Amino acid sequence: MKEKEPTGREFKPLEHRMVPRHEILTDEELKKILVEFNIEKEQMPKIRVSDPAASAVKAKVGDVVRVTRESPTAGKAIFYRLVIV
Amino acid sequence: MSVDQETIAESISALPLPRKVMDNLTHELKNVKVTKRQFDEILKRTAATYDYSRIEAGEAAGVVSAQSIGEPGTQMTMRTFHYAGVAEINVTLGLPRLIEIVDARKNPSTPMMTIFLEKDYAFDRDKARELAWKIEATYITVLGSMSTDITEMKLIIELNKKSLLQRNMTTKEVADKIEEELGVSSEIEEDVLIMRPEESSYRQLLQLVKSVQSVILKGIKGIKRVVIRKEESGEYVLYTEGSALKEVLAIDGVDATRTRTNNISEIFEVMGIEAARASLIHEATETLKEQGLTVDVRHIMLVADIMTVDGDVKPIGRHGISGEKASVLARAAFEVTVSHLLDSGLGGDVDELRGVTENVIVGQPIRLGTGNVKLIAKKPVKGE
Repeated sequence: MKEKEPTGREFKPLEHRMVPRHEILTDEELKKILVEFNIEKEQMPKIRVSDPAASAVKAKVGDVVRVTRESPTAGKAIFYRLVIV
Repeated sequence: MSVDQETIAESISALPLPRKVMDNLTHELKNVKVTKRQFDEILKRTAATYDYSRIEAGEAAGVVSAQSIGEPGTQMTMRTFHYAGVAEINVTLGLPRLIEIVDARKNPSTPMMTIFLEKDYAFDRDKARELAWKIEATYITVLGSMSTDITEMKLIIELNKKSLLQRNMTTKEVADKIEEELGVSSEIEEDVLIMRPEESSYRQLLQLVKSVQSVILKGIKGIKRVVIRKEESGEYVLYTEGSALKEVLAIDGVDATRTRTNNISEIFEVMGIEAARASLIHEATETLKEQGLTVDVRHIMLVADIMTVDGDVKPIGRHGISGEKASVLARAAFEVTVSHLLDSGLGGDVDELRGVTENVIVGQPIRLGTGNVKLIAKKPVKGE
């Protein structure tokens, strides 16, 4: 069987309602957060570098991504994920 | 003297409270006359109440969640029957579905998609139908009937004109598609296609029948059925039996910002871990809600969080979260005790005694609640 030909329309994960906002932290922001939570970078939750949302913001391995979620309980919740291989 | 709205909004937004609490507070104080003293009191009490409602450090949140989801789970339908769900499409519901969700199955037993359409398509029945035909996998059997002529070793396909018209296809297109997929050309006689196998043997002929039946003439592989439904808002929404998120999102006219599937692993692949987490919460909540059970969303959020914390969707249970326990004793207490102990003995593993099970085994207080707190006394330095 032949492969389906691409239709030329690209899907943008970040525009989907289920995908919250992803942004890469700057070094200063990261430092501030590590101090605030008193943790090492490696203790953070992870996100794969191949993750569609991570690659959409062009995150590299070792970056920390800030996820701003719409939360049913808090209204707005901020979450951090370390980009891993 | 009452406080004006601007100061209220300003002081509220400066509070260290979650957005939702602030929004509620602002909403409640709208057009209410309060004095400065009353306003300060309100803020103070709100902050105190919020602080009081927060979970305490050392509380066993995981156990509370497990119980809060587990208990209503006992009241769910245990039969694997599929109830008629949205728009005549059968979906697995109840306990089997909940198990499917927490097990992070790659292929749910009843994959289903909810396809929203873009503005130009959503309110036009004909356009919506056209899209539905583009998505639903069409096989030869729905377009006409097949018969074999053994004396002449040929396959005769009589196409139904009405079905062709409905799906906006022509006899030529069908013939071309079959040739493209199988490499077998056919003679076209109006609405009849005649095909001959390469060798004129009976086996080859039967083989040809089978392959022709499996050719997808139009639509997406895996989408068995598409149902069009008009929602209350007046827009047409497509519900499908079978799921192929990536392929469907690539079709023009499909709203790529709202279209969903109930296959969580597909969402993870196409939209990433955060969308997978949101989808886990959504699916679990809907499953419980459908059964008339109310479980606080925080418990479900905790489960979803732990399942997605490593960047992959991991199942709860032996092969996932519970199976990855760091402690040797905890793992040995669960299953195949001897081999766990033997392996770790050979490898010289160390048990840090951090979890609950291992501390119970060795007879120490568990590190939860008050057991989590250690007293640290500062030794006075001599001479001070």
